[in-house]
Amino acid sequence: MSTRDHSTTRRGFLQSAAAGVAVSAMTHPAMAQKQPPVALEEYSPTYFTAEEWTFILAATARLIPSEGDGPGATETRVPVFIDLQLAGDFGNAADWYMEGPHVPDAPAQFGYQSPLTPAEVYRAGIAEFDEWCRQNHNAPFAELDAATQDAALTALQKGDIKLASTQGASFFGLLLQNTKEGYFADPLYGGNHGMAAWVHIGFPGARASYLEWVGIDKPYPLGPVSISGERA
Amino acid sequence: MATNAPKKDVVIVGLGWTGSILAMELCEEGLEVLALERGDDRDTVPDFKYPEVADELKYGVRYGFMQKPRNSTLTVRRTLEETALPYRMLGSFLPGDGVGGAGIHWNGHNWRPMVEELRLRSYVEESFGADIIPEDMTIQDWGVDYDELEPYFDRFEKVAGIAGQAGNINGKIVEGGNPFEAPRSGDFPMPPLPQTVDAMMFADAARKMGYHPFPRPAANASQAYTNPYGMQLGPCNFCGFCERFGCLNYSKSSPQTCVLAALKRKSNFSYKVNSEVLKVELAPDGKTATGVTYVTAEGEEVFQPADLVILAAYQLHNVHLMLLSGIGQPYDPATGEGVTGKNYAYQMNGGTSLFFKDIEFNPFVGAGSNGMVIDDFAINQIDFGKEGFIGGSYISSGTTNGQPIRSMRLPPGTPSWGTAWKQATKEWYGHSMSIGSHGSNMAYRDTYLDLDPTYKDRHGRPLMRMTFNWKPNDIRMTQFMKTKIEPIAESMSPDIMQSSYKSEGAMYDVRPYQTTHNVGGAIMGTDPKTSALNRYLQSWDVHNVFVMGATAFPQNLQYNPTGMVGGLAYWSANAIRKDYLPNPRPLV
Ligand SMILES: Cc1cc2nc3c(=O)[nH]c(=O)nc-3n(C[C@H](O)[C@H](O)[C@H](O)COP(=O)(O)OP(=O)(O)OC[C@H]3O[C@@H](n4cnc5c(N)ncnc54)[C@H](O)[C@@H]3O)c2cc1C
Ligand code: SF4
Repeated sequence: MSTRDHSTTRRGFLQSAAAGVAVSAMTHPAMAQKQPPVALEEYSPTYFTAEEWTFILAATARLIPSEGDGPGATETRVPVFIDLQLAGDFGNAADWYMEGPHVPDAPAQFGYQSPLTPAEVYRAGIAEFDEWCRQNHNAPFAELDAATQDAALTALQKGDIKLASTQGASFFGLLLQNTKEGYFADPLYGGNHGMAAWVHIGFPGARASYLEWVGIDKPYPLGPVSISGERA
Repeated sequence: MATNAPKKDVVIVGLGWTGSILAMELCEEGLEVLALERGDDRDTVPDFKYPEVADELKYGVRYGFMQKPRNSTLTVRRTLEETALPYRMLGSFLPGDGVGGAGIHWNGHNWRPMVEELRLRSYVEESFGADIIPEDMTIQDWGVDYDELEPYFDRFEKVAGIAGQAGNINGKIVEGGNPFEAPRSGDFPMPPLPQTVDAMMFADAARKMGYHPFPRPAANASQAYTNPYGMQLGPCNFCGFCERFGCLNYSKSSPQTCVLAALKRKSNFSYKVNSEVLKVELAPDGKTATGVTYVTAEGEEVFQPADLVILAAYQLHNVHLMLLSGIGQPYDPATGEGVTGKNYAYQMNGGTSLFFKDIEFNPFVGAGSNGMVIDDFAINQIDFGKEGFIGGSYISSGTTNGQPIRSMRLPPGTPSWGTAWKQATKEWYGHSMSIGSHGSNMAYRDTYLDLDPTYKDRHGRPLMRMTFNWKPNDIRMTQFMKTKIEPIAESMSPDIMQSSYKSEGAMYDVRPYQTTHNVGGAIMGTDPKTSALNRYLQSWDVHNVFVMGATAFPQNLQYNPTGMVGGLAYWSANAIRKDYLPNPRPLV
C-alpha cells in the first residue's frame, strides 16, 4: 500500500464539494440565459463602482463594437466578465509575485513590475483617463461621441495619454486583453453570452474530440458547446 | 525548529517526469522511497476530466496548472550590468507544479539528440576548427555518447509510448522517417499520428523542394498501447486542449498515464504533497547529504533523513536548491570559475505565418505533437564554418489548438480592436497556418544562474537570479532559418505571409511565451572544474546527491528536451542501481 498524506476520500469529498459550489456559481450565466439575463445597465457590479461600470460599458463597446458582422462586447456581456475577473483571483494578483522593491519604469521586456494589482490598475486608470476626457472634452468618456471615444482610446493605446496613477502598468493593455478574454472565454465566466463569439468565428468550444476530422479541409459542421452543456 | 521524520533509503524532490521514473526504478531495488512534491496531488480524474478541463481561460490563459509566482519565482536580467527584476507573472516559460509536474501539460514533442550534439565542442573543433567558437561561448561535451544512451532513450520511449516513424534503424535509412537522426535500435512503439491539413501542405511543399519531411515524434498515443509498467494509453482524439492542459483522454504521455498508478501500487513507495523542500542538508564534511528539510502546507518544517537524495524538481528548482544548499561551488562569470549555476541556456525559435483565404484549416482539430518536420537544417547538416554560426533547427508545421483567446492569428496590419478587428476574426480564424523553426541555443560566459541579492521568496530565501540574453551567434542561426523557411512558404502561394525571427540586437523579453525548455546550471561533464555533475548525473562534490532534468545540459539541443531528460533519467537510474547502491561512492 502506498501512503498518501491526506486521505483520498477526504480529498475526494472536498473536491466534489468545491466543484459543487463552482458548478452552481458557474452555471448561473447558462441558467440565466433561459430567462433573459439582467440588462447590463441594471446589473449590479461586484467590483466596479457605478461610475466605473458606466466607463467599462462604454469602453468595451468601442473595443468590440456592436456594428458590423458578429456580436459586440455588449451583446456578449464582456463587462460582466471583466467585473467578475477583477473581483476574483485575477483582479487581486493572487498568483503573482508582488513583493518590492518595485521598479515601475523598467523596460517593458521585464514584464509586469507595477506594485498595483489589476483591480487597482483599473480603479486608478479609469479615474485618471475619465479626468483626461473631462479636461480635454468637457465630459467623461462614456458621454463622448463614438469618434471622440475612439480617438481617446487610440491616444491611450499609443501612449500619447500617459497615466501616472497606474505606476507602470498598461491600463489599456489590460482592458483590451480582458475584453478579448471575455469575448472568447467559455460562458462560465459571464461573457461570450450565448457563445455568440464562438459562432461568429466558427470555434466549436468545448467539444474536444475531432479524430474523424483530422486532415479534412471542409467547414466543420457542428456548432459550439460550452462546458455547462449549452449548444448554439 | 524542524521535527525529524523516520529515515528513508531515498528521498526524491519533485514528483514530475524524472521524479516518477527514479521512484519506480529505485523501488524496483526494494528501497524505501519517499517523494516530496510541493504542489497538489493530481490525477486524470478528477483534475483533467471532460468537460471542465476544456477551459481555455482557466488553464491556457490563467495558467491553472502551473507554478504560481507568488509561491515560487526568480529574477531576470539580460546583462551583468542590469539589476534583475522578479518574474512576477508567468510569460516566457511555465514551470509545472503538483504531481506530474510539467509532464502533465507539455505538448509531447519527444526527441532524441543528434550524435554530434552530445559532443558538440569536439565536433565543432574537429570539423571546423576551434577558432570558429566565439571567445565568450562556453559550450562543452556532455561526457556521455549517444551510443551509450541509446538503450535508455529506447526505454523512455517505450515507457512514455511514443508515436513516430523511424528514419534510421541500426544505420539503415527508412523511407518516411528522419534520415538525419541518430541510429535507433528499433521502431517507435507506435505508428505516427494522422496529420492535419497544414502539416500535409507543408510536407508536400518541402518534399517538392527536395527536403525530407517526417512525422513529429509524439507523446500522444496513436493507438491503444500498454507500456512496460502495464500502464495503458488510448488513441489521442485531437481534442485541441493539449499544451497547458492535462489530457482528458489517457492519451498524452505523462507521469500519471505512464508511471504513477503502477508506482503507487508498490508498498515501498510513498509520497507527500504540499511538501516543499527548502534545502538539502549536508554532513559536516560536506561530502554527503543527510537528507532534506521541507515545509508542510501547515508551515511546519520537517527534516527528512535519507541515504540518497534525488533532485527532480525541474531544471530551475534543482539549481536553486543546489545554490541554497551549498552543493558545488557557485559559478562566477568574472573568473569563469565555479560550476553551480554555470551555462544556463534556452531555445531559439522563429516562424512564418501563412494566410490562405480559401483553405479551411479547422485549427481546433489539434494535438500537442501533431505536425510534419524537416531536419535538413539540423546541427549535423550545416557547415558552421561557411555559415558563420554554431547551431541548427528543426523546421515544422502542425496544429496544436485553435483556442481563440490565445491562437487568433490575424494578418499583419489588422487593427487590434474595433469593427475591423472583429471582422478580421471572422475572416481569418481558421484560414492560416505557420511554419516554425525550433533551434539550439549555445551557452555563454555570462548566461548563468545565481542567488539574487535583493528579492526573497515567501520562506525568506533569496530568489534565484537568471542572467540571460540572446547572442549574435544564435541570432545568425535563426536568421539563416528564415532564409530557408520563407522560400518553402512562398512556394505554397499564401495570400499573405508574415515572418517573425529575432534580429540583431534582440533582447530577451520575459512577456511572450517562448518555451519551457530552460536548461543548464548544473551541467554534466568529465571534469569537476568545469561541470557540477559527472556523467551519471551525480554531484561531483556530494556523492549521494543525483540531479535529474535539463539541469545537466551543457548548452541546449536544437530539440525539445524531454526525450533527452527521460533517457538521462534511465541512464542515471541504471548507474545507481548497478554501480552506486552496491558501493556508494563517487562513481567517477
Ligand atoms: C507548456 C509546456 C510545454 C512543453 N512542451 C514540451 C514538449 O513538447 N516537448 C518536450 O520535450 N518538453 C516539453 N516541455 C518540457 C517538459 O514538460 C519538461 O522537460 C519535463 O516535464 C521535465 O521533467 P522534470 O522531471 O525535470 O520536471 P517536472 O516534470 O516539471 O517535475 C518537477 C516537479 O518538482 C516539483 N518541485 C519543484 N520544486 C520543488 C521543491 N522545492 N520541493 C518539492 N517539489 C518541488 C514541481 O512542483 C514539479 O511537480 C513543456 C513544458 C511546458 C510547461
Ligand atoms: S490532444 Fe490528444 S494527447 Fe493531447 S490532451 Fe488532447 S487527447 Fe490528450
